[in-house]
Amino acid sequence: MTDVIDLPVTGAGVHHPVVHEHGADHGHDEHGPSGLLKWMTSTDHKVIGLSYMITAIVIFYLAGLMALGVRIQLASPTSSFVTLGQYNELFTMHGSLMLYLFAGPFAFGGLANYIVPLQVGAPDMAFPRLNALSYWLYLGGSVTMLMGFFVAGGAANFAWVAYAPLSNVTNSPGAGADAWIMSLALTGFSAIFTGVNLVATIFYLRAPGMTMFRMPIFTWNMLVTGILILIAFPVLTAAVVLLVADRHFGTHIYTVVGCTTTATAGHPAVADPTACGSPVLWQNLFWFFGHPEVYILALPYFGIATEVFPVFSRKPVFGYKGMVFATMAIAALSTGVWAHHMFTTGVVLLPFFSLLSLLIAVPTGIKFFNWIGTMWRGQLQFTTPMLFCIGFLFAFLMGGVSGVMLASPPIDFFTHDTYFVVAHFHQVLFGTTVFAGFAGLYYWYPKMFGRMLNERLGKAHFWVMFVGFWVTFMPQYIVGLKGMPRRVATYPTNLGWHSWNFVSTVGAFIIAASFAILLVNLWTSWRRPVPAGNNPWDAHTLEWFTTSPPPHHNYTHLPPIRSERPTWDYNHPEHPTLAHGPGHNGSSNGHAGHTNGSVATTEVPAS
Amino acid sequence: MTGPSPARRRLLPGLRSRRWAAVAAVGAALVLSGCQIPSFGAYKGATTQGQDAYKLWQGFFITGAIIFLLVFLLILWAVLRYRRKTEAIPAQTQYNTAFEIIYTIVPVLIVLGLFVFTFITENEVDALSTTGDPVTVNVTAFQWGWEFQYPTYDVKVLGVETQDPEMVVPANETIHVFLRSSDVIHGFYVPAFNFSRYAQPGVTNQFDLNITHTGTYRGQCTQFCGLYHSLMLFRVKAVTTSQFDTWIQQKQSTPQSSGSIAQAKREILQGRAS
Repeated sequence: MTDVIDLPVTGAGVHHPVVHEHGADHGHDEHGPSGLLKWMTSTDHKVIGLSYMITAIVIFYLAGLMALGVRIQLASPTSSFVTLGQYNELFTMHGSLMLYLFAGPFAFGGLANYIVPLQVGAPDMAFPRLNALSYWLYLGGSVTMLMGFFVAGGAANFAWVAYAPLSNVTNSPGAGADAWIMSLALTGFSAIFTGVNLVATIFYLRAPGMTMFRMPIFTWNMLVTGILILIAFPVLTAAVVLLVADRHFGTHIYTVVGCTTTATAGHPAVADPTACGSPVLWQNLFWFFGHPEVYILALPYFGIATEVFPVFSRKPVFGYKGMVFATMAIAALSTGVWAHHMFTTGVVLLPFFSLLSLLIAVPTGIKFFNWIGTMWRGQLQFTTPMLFCIGFLFAFLMGGVSGVMLASPPIDFFTHDTYFVVAHFHQVLFGTTVFAGFAGLYYWYPKMFGRMLNERLGKAHFWVMFVGFWVTFMPQYIVGLKGMPRRVATYPTNLGWHSWNFVSTVGAFIIAASFAILLVNLWTSWRRPVPAGNNPWDAHTLEWFTTSPPPHHNYTHLPPIRSERPTWDYNHPEHPTLAHGPGHNGSSNGHAGHTNGSVATTEVPAS
Repeated sequence: MTGPSPARRRLLPGLRSRRWAAVAAVGAALVLSGCQIPSFGAYKGATTQGQDAYKLWQGFFITGAIIFLLVFLLILWAVLRYRRKTEAIPAQTQYNTAFEIIYTIVPVLIVLGLFVFTFITENEVDALSTTGDPVTVNVTAFQWGWEFQYPTYDVKVLGVETQDPEMVVPANETIHVFLRSSDVIHGFYVPAFNFSRYAQPGVTNQFDLNITHTGTYRGQCTQFCGLYHSLMLFRVKAVTTSQFDTWIQQKQSTPQSSGSIAQAKREILQGRAS
């Protein structure tokens, strides 16, 4: 086959004008700095992506250790493994690290940074230096949050949601709280810059022939994630700036202190709501960020699963366009459901937020059926990434069903802030960020390092984690329904909560064991590399067309792009996608290669 | 050579009738048990409001379980049935418009149905009685304890985390609660009532409780409120109307403990410091 597009190696040609700027920074990587200096000065999206992923995985292990601390404390009702104060720091930092510093940055800073330019055939992100700034802000923010453990008064201890007025300076006077707030501001800007970069890259740097509806679903999901970041993160960043003003500049934006009326007969002093700030405002702002954030954390991982299922089923993704529209529907709905975190405040319009929250089940269900449809009548190969994705389906199914229950206010009234909710969101978040996230790691590791991870160890990791997952989180539903609140360090002995908590703690240690296996696997691959080749999985998308790891500017040649899986089309010209849907042109062309020259020169991205 | 062997043919009718008998038995059990659908781990509700929420829970649980099972079996089938056996490349099908429309429309209908029941139940749970003469209780949450104040009788119960306070109320009467907080956000949660509500500075929440059985029900703060959040327990003791009157008289005749929330908080901090 000779039907590939030759690209100028420097990337300074007609296709990608932006590359010129990038090239001017560093020239050819062969002559650039190496070693630590390369990692510190690089603006290559692959180096930055790896930096992001390594940092995020270190954070993940730290936060996992904190979770073990929480579980040890809860294994018995009146444990004194940690003090009440230390316990509050532990669960606050576990949640904050996992949500702000692992789950998001691993996906949109790490995987997306590395994979999206490759998937769209671009030589780098649109703004390479901004990309580097994102990483350094993220690293700085992460260190800032962790520094909380080393200041007087300890780390932040007001839970990852920092509800006002608990987070004000009277109730949380320590410097750890300020470090936490500063960390959110830094990582918030980091996320915003990454969002800008992703959206610009996807809109402007696609290779010739890569129309929007030929983008892989992972790239589609990262586009929507980028837009959601631009909607949600500025709100959080603004909200924490106001929190700083409350804490240090004497404002009363989130507090009613200083504007209370005098006590009346039989009543304690109450606030005059027209004359002062409102703690509920924090909740509204926080969750207006917080719920889109849940999908900022979920959509990239849905994207990973949507890459893995087709490859190991040897089929195109089922219902490609439905998948895209379902992603958009989830994103749109996610901006209108924030108050379902506030059903028990008594000050939100229940039916509106309930209906919108319930409706999210519909596009999510479409995704489920599309994933099943992708496997249907396929040739399934149970590699490690595939196993992790099937595990993700089961985990997310359970978390999704309990999520529908929580969308109903009368049920939320008695499950809110109990372990039922803890079980629900851990199944959703663990299902996505851990099951699908590590599917992504196993899947793309060969591309990133040119070497394979050990399949036997990978499968052991999966099975141990799969068992640990159910043992940890199912008992939490049960104690939640029995009335055990979340964020408690001790609990009464006579309520039958003890044994279930003990089981849950055992499960947490099983999960921890599975992550020890991952470390062994990474170590093995580092010490005794097994070469991967360009495309060890017979995968579909563009990134598998280049070498593993890819060269500095990613591609010297591109195959013709006639569908969302150009590498498959190139390798299996006799098995094109059978499109039965309306408006799906081009991809059923079985002779994709023959006219590539004209396509390549006519469809230049309009940057 | 078609059809089962004679021996197997003899077995079939028996098998078939036994299977139908089993299906009929399960069906009949479900119909007969009627209101005895399992609780699926939740409290049955000691208030009329909680009982409404409980019925909704049962409905949601059954719906959720059916959907869970359906999707679970579909995944399981795909995984078991389509494992790779040859190197042949399967048909590269990407769309099936009819299926895609079905699995969009049907979930929308299910969700709308769930919403209708949600809407009805939430109006029942949140309804405030407009008739009769409810027993009013002012509940104030603070770090870290509860104050129950009865404005009609000028009676007050104040408790801190070392000594759980008890909110005594009559059963089978409407209790009207005004819920406030004197510092941070707390959560008034009685598991057996299938109900919780935030106590927030700047907001006065109101709700009714109609407790149907006498008894003592444990309650706890659910919204994380700082250092001693774990210890912020209380009890709701539902008694008969005459017992309630006696209790009120007793409280009125004994000199009120002059404690205030501010004092209690000071004592908590001093006690912890020493």
